[in-house]
Amino acid sequence: MENAINRRSFLKLAGLGSVVLVTGCTGMGKGGQDANSDFYFVQLSDTHWGFKGPAVNPDNTGTLPKAIAAVNALNPPPDFVVFTGDLTHISEDPAMRRQRMQEFKQLAAQITVPVVHYMPGEHDASLDNGAVFQAFFGATHYTFDHKGVHFIVLDNVSDPHAKVGDAQLQWLAADLAKQPHDARIIVFTHRPLFDLYPRWDWATTDGDQVLALLQPYDNVTVFYGHIHQEHHHLTGHIAHHAGQGLMFALPAPGSQPQRMPVPWNAAAPYHGLGFREVTEPASAVMPVLHELPVQGA
Amino acid sequence: MTTRRQFLRGSMAALSAGALTTLVAAAEPKVVRISAKRFVYTPATVAIPANQPVVLEVTVSDVVMGFSLPDLKLRTDLVPGQTARLTLPALPPGEVVFLCDVFCGSGHEDMSGVLKVG
Repeated sequence: MENAINRRSFLKLAGLGSVVLVTGCTGMGKGGQDANSDFYFVQLSDTHWGFKGPAVNPDNTGTLPKAIAAVNALNPPPDFVVFTGDLTHISEDPAMRRQRMQEFKQLAAQITVPVVHYMPGEHDASLDNGAVFQAFFGATHYTFDHKGVHFIVLDNVSDPHAKVGDAQLQWLAADLAKQPHDARIIVFTHRPLFDLYPRWDWATTDGDQVLALLQPYDNVTVFYGHIHQEHHHLTGHIAHHAGQGLMFALPAPGSQPQRMPVPWNAAAPYHGLGFREVTEPASAVMPVLHELPVQGA
Repeated sequence: MTTRRQFLRGSMAALSAGALTTLVAAAEPKVVRISAKRFVYTPATVAIPANQPVVLEVTVSDVVMGFSLPDLKLRTDLVPGQTARLTLPALPPGEVVFLCDVFCGSGHEDMSGVLKVG
């Protein structure tokens, strides 16, 4: 295939966008029919389709298509792709929200990977409790299993108070009750589940209740978006990894008074966007993360 | 005709009432009013006295939003037509950030302010 690239080449090309690779989830959990199969998936986040701001991204309509092309060129392809929210940029006009969601969906349909999972961010869902998102993509929280790994998609944005909410907490508790304590569990959220930096609203109001439910499980990893930068944190034994965005970067938590997007650097296009590879050797409990620069890796 | 004794009694009563008023005034927290609308608080920089309780009275004129003081773990919803009251404890001099924590629209992420305690 003329445009085919191998995974390492893809990493070098990640300047085309922010793509997070999670690979080699070997030996995850018991009982799965393919529990010992290696696989990887791609996390895309915070595409903010509809955003206009040449000072922070003059390629606002080109970044996502480039990233999709890069994903499509992966060889071998990932088992699935997941978008961790803020698919679209907020509009207070409901018709515009639908239009942006429609345009995003048309673009995402160009992904050739057969399985793509979606979840909303607050820009997609907080003004209408997720109504437009659900019309295009269905449920805002759900689970799926893949090769011995139990994946949980949590919605902490449809409630404008940044809450998961009692109903979803009960749903989560019921789902977890079916899992053995050594199950391999990966959680996708948009906002951080811990108080990363509440002064910038980088938190989930009832995230502590979610973490209390997850705490008894030995192998839990959380991937999220929202903060438009790579970030790693542990709450007890639970690892939280933020992925970078595909529209603009944001400053490090608390590094400046205001949470303003990082200006575009013409000398280093896509600076602040990046990627990482996460490998999980069969003998390791926690995944091993390999952080790589955006360009020239 | 007022006798000297009556005058003294009256003066003492007046003084006592005045002292009581002063004591009551000292015990009542200062009230500071903040108004909100999409996507600003007015004022966005609010001076409050240090080392004494303060009551914030916050109103909003257009849509439901929030008023959060994450460093103090205090928050309230703001509902048009209602006055939200938050009693702050005595604070040392410094700055306390407040922000909207209910996603209220396109400018939500820029909606914040600071209490200047001094």
